[in-house]
Amino acid sequence: MKAAVSKVELESDMASRFGDAFRLHEKSVVETLSSGIDEIDVLSGGLPRGSITEIFGPASSGRTSLMYSMLAYATAHEETCALVDTNDVFAPTIATETGIDFDRLLWVRCAGNLEHAFKATDLLLHAGGFGLVMLDLGDVAGKDARRIISSWWYRFRRTVEDRPTVLTVISEEACTRSCAALTLELKGAPEWSGNLLQHNAIRVNRQRPLSPWLHESQFRAIA
Amino acid sequence: MFACIHAQQVPAELSLTEFAYGFSPVVEEVRSGTVVIDVEGCELLFGSAYQLGKEVAQRARKPRTEGGVEITVSVAIAANPDAAIHAATYLKGITFVSPGEELACLGEFSLDRLDYSLIDVEKKVAGELLETMRLWGIRTFAELAALPVAGVSERLGQTGLKLQQLAAGKTERHLKVKQPEPVFANSLELEHAIAELEPLSFIFARLLHQLCATLNAYALATNELCVSMQLEDQTTHERKLSLPYPMRDHKVFLKLLLLDAEMHPPQAAVRAVSINCEPVKPRVLQNGLFVPLAPAPDKLELTLARLAKLVGEENIGSPTLLDTHRPDAFSLKHFTLATKPDIRKRRKIDNRKLATGNRPCLGFRMFRPPLRAIVQADQGWPTQISAWGKQRSVYGRVVHLAGPWRTTGDWWRDDRWARDEWDVMLERAGQQTLYRIYREIKTENWYVEGNYD
Repeated sequence: MKAAVSKVELESDMASRFGDAFRLHEKSVVETLSSGIDEIDVLSGGLPRGSITEIFGPASSGRTSLMYSMLAYATAHEETCALVDTNDVFAPTIATETGIDFDRLLWVRCAGNLEHAFKATDLLLHAGGFGLVMLDLGDVAGKDARRIISSWWYRFRRTVEDRPTVLTVISEEACTRSCAALTLELKGAPEWSGNLLQHNAIRVNRQRPLSPWLHESQFRAIA
Repeated sequence: MFACIHAQQVPAELSLTEFAYGFSPVVEEVRSGTVVIDVEGCELLFGSAYQLGKEVAQRARKPRTEGGVEITVSVAIAANPDAAIHAATYLKGITFVSPGEELACLGEFSLDRLDYSLIDVEKKVAGELLETMRLWGIRTFAELAALPVAGVSERLGQTGLKLQQLAAGKTERHLKVKQPEPVFANSLELEHAIAELEPLSFIFARLLHQLCATLNAYALATNELCVSMQLEDQTTHERKLSLPYPMRDHKVFLKLLLLDAEMHPPQAAVRAVSINCEPVKPRVLQNGLFVPLAPAPDKLELTLARLAKLVGEENIGSPTLLDTHRPDAFSLKHFTLATKPDIRKRRKIDNRKLATGNRPCLGFRMFRPPLRAIVQADQGWPTQISAWGKQRSVYGRVVHLAGPWRTTGDWWRDDRWARDEWDVMLERAGQQTLYRIYREIKTENWYVEGNYD
């Protein structure tokens, strides 16, 4: 009892200096942004705004197809989008076919510099007003991605939580730890029709939040 | 009180208005050779109204080097600006019209001297009314002022009343003050040259604060800032900041200038700084209720400037496709907020959705630069690929392939391109990955262009 009273006293004393640091933030109703793919929306309920969404999988697993789809949907719905391209792999000549409105897309090329990519993402999140910010770490080796210090992810989570921004991280291996509100694992299976690449059948596994019933879906990206 | 300065002839190179600014900042230029100034509150500087008139007349006769205009002027001081104008125009020397006794001074003036342009009455209308008055036998200002107000209003209307008030020196109006042309430029010469950016920021802040105050006073903004710095090595360092939207926030300008100065620092210590801007109308925008939130323009500009400093100006922007079939041909343009949806693009997206059944397209990750590859081929068909780069390596056995597709272009140019492209699926440690490889026809070298994802 004595300890509880002293805690209350301590909090009231420090409230004048640290504001509402001790108040529990209640999460409001989660608004979502569609991914542009019905199967993913059914599986995940859409991309939660004010949160981090992580999409991971090996090369050719469909991460970029999903990224194009998300950008196309968001730009078509007048959202301002930003793509932080760590390894400078975004291909505008091919992405234009998916219907991305480039006038609403800010492309930041980081030429393989991971630190620049994180700083650029931080600047974009603090600027506010972006509907979708994508951090593409798809070509960063797994061991490097695992070395990213957790404070970056906590910082990003704290920055976006009061904003209508969807921060999407694309990587080879899961690296955001507990900071992502939605984590999707992708696996691709190319389908050939004779001598032509026809589809990439992409299997999506929802890793977070866990659900006992619906946690897997599949869609096809046409070549 | 008002003072009117009148000169019969003013040389073309002289300005009576500029001369009048030496006595009061509130100056109306009535016509060439006649100006009216508001002398209210000038007693502390020049003494009584008569002393002021005397000072004006004396200074006007002085040579230009001493602030004069080298001509003889008539000066009249009255409580009413129009009475002062009439008195100065037709009475030589210095005239002081006591308040309420205007007719004692102007009463004998003929009606022909009534300057109706002062009360914005058209020449035709005024001519007709004055002709009517002459037929009534009205010849002077005093006779017109003596007419009963109700009768004048009944017979000649509001214009007649205005003319009567003008003759009596009882009009009520403000001076049409001629504002000096605003200057949207500021400069500062330094006693000691500045070599570092931090002290320079204080100079920028001061100049920008003044500049933005001027813009604010005229309800204007700017979309172009020009900074010119005189350097110690006798050269000039010039920078131009183009903004996508007109702004007038000195804090934003300061941050943008400092970021620009950090990216493009002057080559020597700075001796003088001047900043000027192009004034334009401020941006007025009403967003729709259901339009998604977009970054604030000033914050976005600052963010873009910070990003440019971080990754380089050439690495940020909106991609724009070039009008060519050359692979990976694009350029980056400055990112600006799109305010209105592009109907044509929207239609194109809708058509694409209909064509593909709203299924996503296969993504592609471009390797820049492409990886030089060693390809083992069996009768021209790739069977094994290995390529190593700084950031990635690609190797494995080809388990499936499609192609070749030959693409060529720009054959009339030196940098023409011709190549055979293949889509290959490589297997490595049980994992299958799709790549696009190509062989340059000219050099017969193989490259990995990127991977499908």
